[in-house]
Amino acid sequence: MNPSRIEDLEIDLLFEAIFKRYGHDFRDYGRASIKRRVMHFLAQSGYKKVSEMIPRLLHEKAFFESMIRTFSISVTEMFRDPHVYQHIRTQVIPVLKTYPFIRAWNAGCATGEEAYSLAILLKEEGMLERTRLFATDFNDELIEKAKEGIYQSKKVKEFASNYQKTGGMNSFSEYYNAQDEAIAIDPSLKKNITFANHNLVTDNVFSEMHLILCRNVLIYFNKSLQDRVLKLFSESLVPKGYLCLGTRESIQFSNVRGNFKTFDNGRRIYQKER
Amino acid sequence: MKRFKAVVIGTSAGGIGALSRLLAYLPDAFSFSVIIVLHVSPESRGRQVEYFDFKFDCSLHNAEDKEPIRPGCVYFAPPNYHLLIESDTTFSLSVDEKVQYSRPSIDVLFESAAHVWGHDLAGIVLTGSNADGAYGLQVVKEHGGLAVVEDPAKSEFPTMPQASLSAGEVDYILSLDQIGKLLAEGGTHE
Repeated sequence: MNPSRIEDLEIDLLFEAIFKRYGHDFRDYGRASIKRRVMHFLAQSGYKKVSEMIPRLLHEKAFFESMIRTFSISVTEMFRDPHVYQHIRTQVIPVLKTYPFIRAWNAGCATGEEAYSLAILLKEEGMLERTRLFATDFNDELIEKAKEGIYQSKKVKEFASNYQKTGGMNSFSEYYNAQDEAIAIDPSLKKNITFANHNLVTDNVFSEMHLILCRNVLIYFNKSLQDRVLKLFSESLVPKGYLCLGTRESIQFSNVRGNFKTFDNGRRIYQKER
Repeated sequence: MKRFKAVVIGTSAGGIGALSRLLAYLPDAFSFSVIIVLHVSPESRGRQVEYFDFKFDCSLHNAEDKEPIRPGCVYFAPPNYHLLIESDTTFSLSVDEKVQYSRPSIDVLFESAAHVWGHDLAGIVLTGSNADGAYGLQVVKEHGGLAVVEDPAKSEFPTMPQASLSAGEVDYILSLDQIGKLLAEGGTHE
């Protein structure tokens, strides 16, 4: 067996140990990316082999938690891919406005940038008061950060520039309070957001949604887990509800593609068939 | 000449010109997959594929997440995503942090390709002005793959090939035309 295969076997055993000990299931994550993260954590840990970490992982919860932190590092920004948000603003929200009340779900919200981006759009379109926005993640630490809504000042320029490209009607500075090296998202945006723990791998439908935003999360899953999650989304959406994925994610290789029609292919927005 | 199943290519500054010249050597039909990281602006939305006007019917396109990798096709890493290879020879994308200030990163592609294809892989580093690819090419070599670097003396931007040479041993240091001939030979069925 070549060293690469043995390494894969070690990672299988590691994920089995994590699942049985802590209930977190990484077994159906896309292997190439999660392997990079395991190797990255290994290099920091001082151990030589992946399998050497398993005993400590089983007995020391803090060690597991630091590993989880490495696994869920997320790189996101407000209004990432502004053309997508612009389309949501001009094409999706006008339809959502025809409902008296809507529920939206930002699945895999990480540190909250996308949830707040959506909240800003809904507010400007006069819909926020009629919306319950659920922002969920499997990582409690990230949810806490998302709730705080505090971001580094150096990111503001990019956020503001993205915001303008979505057709923003105001100055982006209206949506945060500047602190020393950071900005704090305006509390008025948080009122209609519920931050909660939800694990796409193991949890189920929790409410009926009109819009689901899940961007650059599915790319970390293998095909069978993608199918599970897309089925969960399909079951969560009202007929004609919208699903917005990352610009390089698609339902075309999935079993549930028949449940959706393409609303805008370039921006990967789908609409549930009734 | 040994036959490879896949060729991974990394380049940045000067890359469009170099790739145009290099890919012109590919025969109408070839038996391996070509996968390219070309550093471009994150906002370019993947239009770099439009710079290349190719004869292949099969395609030249931005790799999609979970797309099966086919022989005889040329794929690009989409802007602002890392491109990785899964063991079932499908693509995966990631938005992980930048590597060598780059996303997509050549190191990330080369490393995951080496894990999957081992000695059936060729890695090629072309013109560019940073050090991305130097580590990845060594991983390709460690896994038995063929490591090829464009001759820095003949590269438009020598920094990237030079960095790859400084990182360790490689199999060939060649001009673009020589690399093109290597590709042409690597792709013919005997």
